[in-house]
Amino acid sequence: MLSRTADHLFWMARYTERAENTARMLDVNVQTALLPQSGEAARQAWRALLGISELQHGYDEKHEAVTQHDVIEFMVCDPSNRSSIIACLTEARENARAVRGTLTTEVWEVTNQTYLDLRRRLHGGQLRKDPSQFFEWVKYRSHLWRGVTLGTMLRDEAINFMRLGTSLERADNTARILDVKFHGNDSDARRDFYYWAALLRSVSGFEIYRKVYRDVITPERVAELLMLRADMPRSLLACMEEVVANLRQVRNDVSSDTERLAGKLHAELQFARIEDILEAGLHDTLTEFLRRIYELGNGVSRDFLVPLAA
Amino acid sequence: MQRSPNFYNEMSADGVVREHYREFADWLAQQTPDAIERKRMEADLTFRRVGITFAVYGDNAGTERLIPFDLIPRIIPASEWQQMQAGLVQRVRALNMFIDDIYHEQHIIRAGIIPADQIYRNAQYRPEMQGIKVASDIYAHIAGIDIVRAGAGEFYVLEDNLRVPSGVSYMLEDRKMMMRLYPELFASHKVAPVEHYPDMLLDNLRSVAPMGVLDPTVVVMTPGMYNSAYFEHAFLAQQMGVELVEGKDLYVTNNAVWMRTTHGPKRVDVIYRRLDDDFLDPLAFRADSALGVPGLLSVYRAGHVTLANAIGTGVADDKSIYPYVPDIIRFYLSEEPILNNVPTYQCRKKAELDYTLANLPDLVVKEVHGAGGYGMLVGPASTKEQIEDFRQRLIARPDGYIAQPTLALSNCPTFVENGVAPRHIDLRPFVLSGKNISMVPGGLTRVALREGSLVVNSSQGGGTKDTWVLEA
Repeated sequence: MLSRTADHLFWMARYTERAENTARMLDVNVQTALLPQSGEAARQAWRALLGISELQHGYDEKHEAVTQHDVIEFMVCDPSNRSSIIACLTEARENARAVRGTLTTEVWEVTNQTYLDLRRRLHGGQLRKDPSQFFEWVKYRSHLWRGVTLGTMLRDEAINFMRLGTSLERADNTARILDVKFHGNDSDARRDFYYWAALLRSVSGFEIYRKVYRDVITPERVAELLMLRADMPRSLLACMEEVVANLRQVRNDVSSDTERLAGKLHAELQFARIEDILEAGLHDTLTEFLRRIYELGNGVSRDFLVPLAA
Repeated sequence: MQRSPNFYNEMSADGVVREHYREFADWLAQQTPDAIERKRMEADLTFRRVGITFAVYGDNAGTERLIPFDLIPRIIPASEWQQMQAGLVQRVRALNMFIDDIYHEQHIIRAGIIPADQIYRNAQYRPEMQGIKVASDIYAHIAGIDIVRAGAGEFYVLEDNLRVPSGVSYMLEDRKMMMRLYPELFASHKVAPVEHYPDMLLDNLRSVAPMGVLDPTVVVMTPGMYNSAYFEHAFLAQQMGVELVEGKDLYVTNNAVWMRTTHGPKRVDVIYRRLDDDFLDPLAFRADSALGVPGLLSVYRAGHVTLANAIGTGVADDKSIYPYVPDIIRFYLSEEPILNNVPTYQCRKKAELDYTLANLPDLVVKEVHGAGGYGMLVGPASTKEQIEDFRQRLIARPDGYIAQPTLALSNCPTFVENGVAPRHIDLRPFVLSGKNISMVPGGLTRVALREGSLVVNSSQGGGTKDTWVLEA
């Protein structure tokens, strides 16, 4: 497969996933904002969200104060913010357009339709009327895209590069979602429950948590579920399993270093205990994880997507 | 311009529906305006979802536009098509022989049929191609010949497009759309299929691979997704199952062309390139082109890669060469041309310039190197000022222009704002040349949607119709 084609496929998947996760993160905050809390606490929650996405700076340049309305505008409709939903879905569609010949008609049409509908919805003001429903829609389109991809595409390298994009992006985003809460460090047992519940719901993990632990919600277990459970589809370990498996499928003459990096990260998660992680400091562990995911992404680019001329 | 009974109407003559349109006319009479409108909207929605759009440069708000699709097909009876097909094969065969001759012995110049300066002073003549052997001696592998019907119904070739003719994807998508909207029409008409075009194209491209290559790797080369015909490039690559590459995906080393893949370099044998000569190789042509591949020309000259179409085919489809095509056919094939040329006045000749200047209000004047319907004067549709302006340009640079009588282009019933009305049409069949010459029946019918307009180009408000060649 052409390197450039693989590159477009990889980024199409990453941006689609990122749009979904931005929607998930915003949804947690909108849900928790409904709880009784001080104005300052609410602001802090929105500020934490910007911080964890490394967008505080870009936001401050455009807005004077942190308000729910402005943060949502910035994270959804502002094309200059590369992580906003509109920017991600536009990029996903542009990448798809560049390789539409490699995609099945269905994958292209879903991607294109999502983009066209998004513009209509934003124009129609749905975001303001009912943000949760809008976020639900973004998630739903991402599910649809993934389903159509897996359901119609030939099982060749194209799928591998798309899966790589999806899993790397998801690993990154799950780590960030988890870090938001552990990062902000005010504690109030009652609110905590709602917060963790919302967080679990945002990664479709609430029912899974109940099923797996059959017990009250504790931060330690949430961290364990989202990091170390291989059977939790959005956990760091599950994402790394995907990364390792797909890298193996596309292996070439120069990719052994990248594979080693991925394998090592995978093994560490596989044999880690949550107690040790918490003791070492969750925030530090997640920061280190994000750094290594970033390095992995660079490795994939270097080995497969934008190789130097032979 | 007034609607005049002098125009040949494709569907009817003196109010009587022509034989080959009878079945369709009966069906059309039973359709309600509402039903038609619903189908039109369905077609629009589908085209937009599928993304069959063309890009418009310098337009940020709506950079993607649909080419209007008309629901009334253009129908060609079998007998007319057979004659047209014979004429197309003859014409394209002769044009390929002409290009080969120009870049080798130049018999036709020595025989005094075409003046040497018409070749050498032509910007489309590529000295780099002189003496270069190309596979099967074929230059124009894909030709789009624009044909119009005028007067009492005779066909004329308006233009030969031998560089990178586009539009074939619309031919295929229009057919798909018609079959989806009105399957019943295809049950009641024996419409010759066109869907196998990509197969024929791939076959044709493989047949002109460099010598000794048994299983050639074919690619489609595009200037990129912002090109107005990008949809077509992607579509053809997908339909043929080959890679769609950009210049930056390719590089030259060891006297061969390679593409960068996820498994390292892969050799490329045949490039169906959809960008102009000027952009192919920054080392040989435009140095500022970022779209091409440095060194491509040297590999090409060595015969280690095939370009389709070849470099330098523009020397044969230029408007200054057009008037000579009938003679070209006679010279190489010793046959009389089957398809008519439009009578053409070459303004570089004194007598013909004088005639042109004296009859400007009745003529169409075209720039020799113009394309896309730009830079032309349609006398009968122009103001006095426009005509005077053109007169000055003609006097200043007579050899830059040709003139032709304004053809009474045939028209075909078309859905417009207030019902069905006649609009002018042309036809672009796509002729493939490799080991053999082949084509699918029909082509792309373009229609000038503005009342009275004779310009069918999509950049100038033209639309398309499905084209049916009826099987006998």
